Amino acid sequence: MSTGNIEEAPRSTAASVRGDFVVTGVSKRYGGVPALSDVSLTISPGTVHALVGENGAGKSTLGKIMSGVIPPDEGTMSLGGEPLSFKSPRDALSHGIATIVQELAIVPGLTVAENVYLGVEPSTAGFVRRRQSRRQFRELAKTVGFDLSPDRLAGSLSIADQQKVEIMRALSRNASIVIMDEPTAALSGGETEALHGIIRSLVRDGNSVVLISHYLSEVLALADVITTLRDAKLIRTVDAKDATEETLIEGMLGHSLSSAFPEKVVAQEEKPVVLEVEHLQAPGVNDCSFVLHEGEILGIAGLVGAGRSELARAIFRDSKVSGGGVRLKGKDLGGHSPSRSIRRGLVFIPESRKEMGLLVGRSVKENVSLSRLDLVSRLGWITGIRERRKVNEVMKSVTVRAASIRMPVSMLSGGNQQKLMFARSVMCSPNVLIADEPTRGVDVGSKRTIYDLLTEMAGSGMGVVVISSDLEEVLGLAHRVLVMRHGRIITELSGEGINEQAVLAAAFAESTNKGTVRS
Amino acid sequence: MNEKVETLDVLDVDEEGGSSLRSSVIRVLGSWRLAGIAIPFLILFISLSVWVGPFLTKTNLINILDQQSAYLAIAAAGTLVLVAGGLDLSVGAIYGLAAVVSGQLAEHHSPTIAIGAGLLVGLGMGLANGMIVAFLKINPFIATLAMSFVISGIALKASGNNLIVLSQNSGFYKFGNTVFFSIPSAVWITLVFVAILALVLAKTTFGRRVVASGGNAEAARLSGIRVNQIRIITYALSGLAAGYGGVIDTSRLLSAQATGVPNLTFIVLAGVVVGGTSIGGGEGSVPRTTIGVLFIAMIYNGINLTNIDSVYQQIVLGVIILVAVSLDVWARKRRV
Repeated sequence: MSTGNIEEAPRSTAASVRGDFVVTGVSKRYGGVPALSDVSLTISPGTVHALVGENGAGKSTLGKIMSGVIPPDEGTMSLGGEPLSFKSPRDALSHGIATIVQELAIVPGLTVAENVYLGVEPSTAGFVRRRQSRRQFRELAKTVGFDLSPDRLAGSLSIADQQKVEIMRALSRNASIVIMDEPTAALSGGETEALHGIIRSLVRDGNSVVLISHYLSEVLALADVITTLRDAKLIRTVDAKDATEETLIEGMLGHSLSSAFPEKVVAQEEKPVVLEVEHLQAPGVNDCSFVLHEGEILGIAGLVGAGRSELARAIFRDSKVSGGGVRLKGKDLGGHSPSRSIRRGLVFIPESRKEMGLLVGRSVKENVSLSRLDLVSRLGWITGIRERRKVNEVMKSVTVRAASIRMPVSMLSGGNQQKLMFARSVMCSPNVLIADEPTRGVDVGSKRTIYDLLTEMAGSGMGVVVISSDLEEVLGLAHRVLVMRHGRIITELSGEGINEQAVLAAAFAESTNKGTVRS
Repeated sequence: MNEKVETLDVLDVDEEGGSSLRSSVIRVLGSWRLAGIAIPFLILFISLSVWVGPFLTKTNLINILDQQSAYLAIAAAGTLVLVAGGLDLSVGAIYGLAAVVSGQLAEHHSPTIAIGAGLLVGLGMGLANGMIVAFLKINPFIATLAMSFVISGIALKASGNNLIVLSQNSGFYKFGNTVFFSIPSAVWITLVFVAILALVLAKTTFGRRVVASGGNAEAARLSGIRVNQIRIITYALSGLAAGYGGVIDTSRLLSAQATGVPNLTFIVLAGVVVGGTSIGGGEGSVPRTTIGVLFIAMIYNGINLTNIDSVYQQIVLGVIILVAVSLDVWARKRRV
């Protein structure tokens, strides 16, 4: 790098020396739920190796393990025959494995050059040698063909340029294996094109790129080898030449619906409408309209970031609604706060129970009665007996097992914590329930209970909206399915029309379009 | 599928069996927090009683309570602010403003007007704090610090930076100095105020909402709690308590000054923290705060009575705060 001769970047020599990166029998579990089980693959120098799969199939987990972000529970990794075990991403980096994650790791208040050399600033006695760092930066930028000013604040750059900063950071550490998790998710067409060029040139120099992507056309255009993951397991690894979008989708699904779901009670035709959403406009939500009937379970499917949660929050009045309206039982659901929505009979179970749902350090009792303290109090004074009786009653209806309603919720399993969220909702006796990712991080048995609960609630006449990234779940529960993409409702499927192919085709369709535009 | 459900049942039963033990552990840990301050308090109380002659006398003990009236009231309300996830650094300034306002009015007007005006000034300033924090979304540390400068400035302007001295004959003097059962009214009023706040936090729906707002604001909001409204009320209560503190001390001491008591804000905060209320919000108790404030008061009193250089008061206070906060951090880690 010091010679300034761009043709002889040391990383290419490093790459040719290092040999294959081999992952053998890697497994990872989160609280008993397998995120990855017994996955083995080999990444050869000079190739783009793509990982594809549905949301939650284990792609990102695998990427994180390979880059040292999380340690595997089981399994080994080796590079050119030399065994590796990473304690941190820094460890992985010292072996030439860099990662560019979905959430960018940029320090917005530092300059581009400072970000690139973060942690390895050229320095003398602790003082950063700025001129040298700028010179190094310019050489590097020329090598990769980026046009970035070293002195701009990283925070002022576009997402694509920030991504370039991350890529340069990876390259400045002589990374020979770059793991990219959904690198183009936030990029525009032109920027995507540029990134593809970078990936190709990296590979040409003998480096390898692990590409984790939802966009199948992108994968097919770039990858040399494609590994398909499903339900935390490796399904197959094939040459990209032998793969088509159809075979990939088939591999990502590859199974029929099991009996993990309660039987669908087919809704009697023409039940009254309980919720009407008309031309709703909100951040991340673009002109969405739909109706929900009493006793109906409506599934909302789509890729992560398609605007499903945003739609739910807009209906719940948790985000600023800029246009359109919501009618609950024929009455306009005005107001600007969740508290109003709850009083009108609309409850929402948010996607992340720990961050958005529970008071983790407080008792089961306090968590359950939180939304309806008026039911357990008189003139603002909480009646202990009444609260215990009411909470116990609701808990029984959602089958939570807790030794005592006084114990803190942090001591409950993920499944029971999630059931508490249902208990809180049941206590509100709502007309409409919106559940966002109701079974995330929940064990198989509790999943079934939650499905039963959702079905029961619908059976009692409630309108239920289920948002889920687990396609099987949406298909197994919903009477009707809406597919969202880029904040819009793209398709409505009902009855016989509800199947995996139809949902995936709608959810992924954009990628096909994008892909044809790009290539 | 059946198989899975069964194994899960077994697991759950297992968990239940384990957790009855765990829950009793939890209950013990819960009372641990109270013990964490109550035991040192008792040890200190007994030690002072045994070794420092004048400590365990009726006069001295009542004197401590009397002197601590303002601190106890302000700390009780400050506990609610902290539990709701806020912080009020302006109580010292509000105390000073309420003191000079009520002092000046007491010179020429009825005691009711003087007292009422002092309390209203406190309430108003507290409301202003709350609205600034809630609506302008300014960090409470910065917002109330800035407000403390503003309020102190107003107090200086209002009093012309003079020391206000009142005569003993006024009804205003009686407000804090009327003795019932050998205890002055300042102590009685404070105790009632503190007891009400303790019950509000522990037993009412409002108290629950305060805890939820500080414990997880997002969860609270999505559960239908108006977090902003709750927080504004806690700031208003804190302002009211500070106003009361200024009025009661002016009445007790018959003098008022815009600068109030140096370090009042921080001594009060120290009492709350020593009582085990977490700076992070979502947890805390008024009775523990009361013990915390009295604990610090006893240390000061002990140092005074033994003629140890008062410089040590500061050092001891600082060390105690560090110990208390480390214990809190430790307890939080253990809680998982």
